[in-house]
Amino acid sequence: MSAKILAKEQLSENVFKMVLDAPKIAQKRKAGQFVVIRIHEEGERVPLTIADADAAKGTVTIIFQVVGKSTGQLSDLNAGEELLDLVGPLGKATHIEKVGTVACIGGGVGIAPVYPITQALKNAGNHVISIIGARTKDLIFMEDEMKAVSDEFIVTTDDGTYGFHGFVSQALENKYLMPGTKIDMVVAIGPVPMMRAVCDTTKKYDVKTFVSLNSIMVDATGMCGACRVSVGGKTRFVCVDGPEFDGHQVDFRELMDRQKIYLPEEKDCYDHYCSCKHGKGGR
Amino acid sequence: MDMKDRMKIPRQPMPEQEAKVRARNFDEVPLGYTPEMAKTEALRCIQCKNPACVQGCPVQVDIPGFITLVSEGDFIGAAKKIKETNALPAVCGRVCPQEAQCEQLCVRGKKAEPVAIGRLERFVADFERAAGEVSIPQIPASRGKKVAVVGSGPSGLTVAGDLIQLGYEVTIFEALHKPGGVLVYGIPEFRLPKAIVAAEVDYLSKMGVKIETSNVIGKIATVDELFEEGYDAVYLGTGAGLPTFMNIPGENLNGVYSANEYLTRSNLMKAYKFPEYDTPIVKGKNVAVIGGGNVAMDSARTAMRLGADHVYLVYRRSRAEMPARIEEIHHAEEEGIEFHLLTNPIRYIGNDKGWVVGIECLRMELGEPDDSGRRRPVPIKGSEYVIDIDTAVVAIGAGANPLVQSTTPGLDTNKWNYIIADEATGQTSREGVFAGGDIVTGAATVILAMGAGRNAATAIHQYLMTKK
Repeated sequence: MSAKILAKEQLSENVFKMVLDAPKIAQKRKAGQFVVIRIHEEGERVPLTIADADAAKGTVTIIFQVVGKSTGQLSDLNAGEELLDLVGPLGKATHIEKVGTVACIGGGVGIAPVYPITQALKNAGNHVISIIGARTKDLIFMEDEMKAVSDEFIVTTDDGTYGFHGFVSQALENKYLMPGTKIDMVVAIGPVPMMRAVCDTTKKYDVKTFVSLNSIMVDATGMCGACRVSVGGKTRFVCVDGPEFDGHQVDFRELMDRQKIYLPEEKDCYDHYCSCKHGKGGR
Repeated sequence: MDMKDRMKIPRQPMPEQEAKVRARNFDEVPLGYTPEMAKTEALRCIQCKNPACVQGCPVQVDIPGFITLVSEGDFIGAAKKIKETNALPAVCGRVCPQEAQCEQLCVRGKKAEPVAIGRLERFVADFERAAGEVSIPQIPASRGKKVAVVGSGPSGLTVAGDLIQLGYEVTIFEALHKPGGVLVYGIPEFRLPKAIVAAEVDYLSKMGVKIETSNVIGKIATVDELFEEGYDAVYLGTGAGLPTFMNIPGENLNGVYSANEYLTRSNLMKAYKFPEYDTPIVKGKNVAVIGGGNVAMDSARTAMRLGADHVYLVYRRSRAEMPARIEEIHHAEEEGIEFHLLTNPIRYIGNDKGWVVGIECLRMELGEPDDSGRRRPVPIKGSEYVIDIDTAVVAIGAGANPLVQSTTPGLDTNKWNYIIADEATGQTSREGVFAGGDIVTGAATVILAMGAGRNAATAIHQYLMTKK
């Protein structure tokens, strides 16, 4: 089914937010789930986390970073235009319960998917510590939204231009784990190296940590196995068994390798798209 | 022409693209009979009083009946005759294993070669479509009852086509963005042009079947929610949508694909047209395909068309046990696929970047027959060897996709998670829920799925007629 874009907003240099008209998905979706979109007849199937939804208004919000041709073309669309296909909600929902104190960590564009989980964990009565981080100040977004659903809140930047100077994993360790704050659960979403760093840290302190993986997918319904990942030595499919897994069990090295499968093709495609966009004006 | 002369006519060969040329393009391999060839081939049918061929057809097409019309040159009439029991003749004429069904039982095959029933079926369906003579049957007034069909593969399309003609309101829910199921994501263009599938689906739409693509049942709505939405019966034809791996070391290396992924990228997403289409696929130079069925042949021939120098088909039994259609095996060999028979992979070898560079295999010999009646392959000690590859495609079968089963309480499944359904009716353990095709039988053929759909449609009709 197609879906109309109701609103579009640029959150940082390469990060965009879109509100989509999708009443059925808005009703059904739960925190942690994702959708797949396709923009045009020749387009890829692109999985994107549902960052927010409003069941009453029948809307679903997606937040994405432009990393290649498909996300580039998506960012070219405006309110009033339509996505050719929108499928969802897909994946397993986050298991939400009151566990005590939780740390919700979002890195870069991972801030978007960690938001609905943070919100749900807060609503379930947890004491929520949120840590969001990015390379530099301009790449931080959804700060107010995250603050609103957190009891404690920290921003980090790699270059020190805003908030804590360092990585989110360092903030978690220096501010909480090392001083002995009891954290019952950590949810970390972001680039693979960031999730790995958080997991390496929490492992030392034996804190249960969940990560949400964004592997390469095709059908996203468990049919093709493109998204397979090793968790605790077993092959799992991110699209139907995930996207969330016990971060201490995930083989991040394999995941990083697998995310590079199509790098040359993606680069060619993106370069071509960029030269077209800045030359003759797009597809 | 008298019977004696008719007996002398040899089976008309199928014109085909030349092997060397077609191995590098995605156009259809067989070119189809001309009207003259079709008429000549039709004369070979001796019009048995008790035609065995019909018994071999899972949907009981009136084979002698349509072949008579072909011999008389009434090709449109012949197409209509087939469509009385088979809604997808252009598909079946191409992908049915005729040699194990109708043609296997053809009397002419006892002394010479059987009548080319599949080729004739394909010819008349193509003729009708090309002539623009596909007429939409009169649809009876609605009975005011709604049926949901989950999955738009061969069985779902058959159920929908039958029920709409019986006066039901039918909606098909398809998870992917294009209808057709395995006909669009699985079977390659060179074996089944997608325009043909689109035409068959369009035929159903014109009859009034609603098709909702991008709707994953089990996610956007459960089976119970479909009933709540007002559907009176549900048919589950979700297919064998779960890839099988061998669970050997290195299977998650880059460059190792499930056949489902490899074929879905190439067929549904048109990765063979990358970068015109955005979805990429690894265009390996040395490709190993594991398996001996139709899906393995499709994967191997796709790899060749994507530009491979060598495509190795690695199969643990011998040629005689291969489950693929004879024609596909033959085509694959002609196109230069190198068969490594009685060979079983034991691990994949990777480089430091996580890419596959080799596959270690073990030679096998055939021992005693196993449960399937085929002789069991037994490893030969010390026979390990390595084939250098950069891509591998695992085509050793597919399992049951769990999305519907796991969200439908009271729906009984067997130990492989296939849905348990009555063979004659498709009735499941849930009232008003029917199932058929690969999700019941495990990966089988298009025509068997259609046969199951046909039976289920009859049973759904009876159920809805008697339901209070």
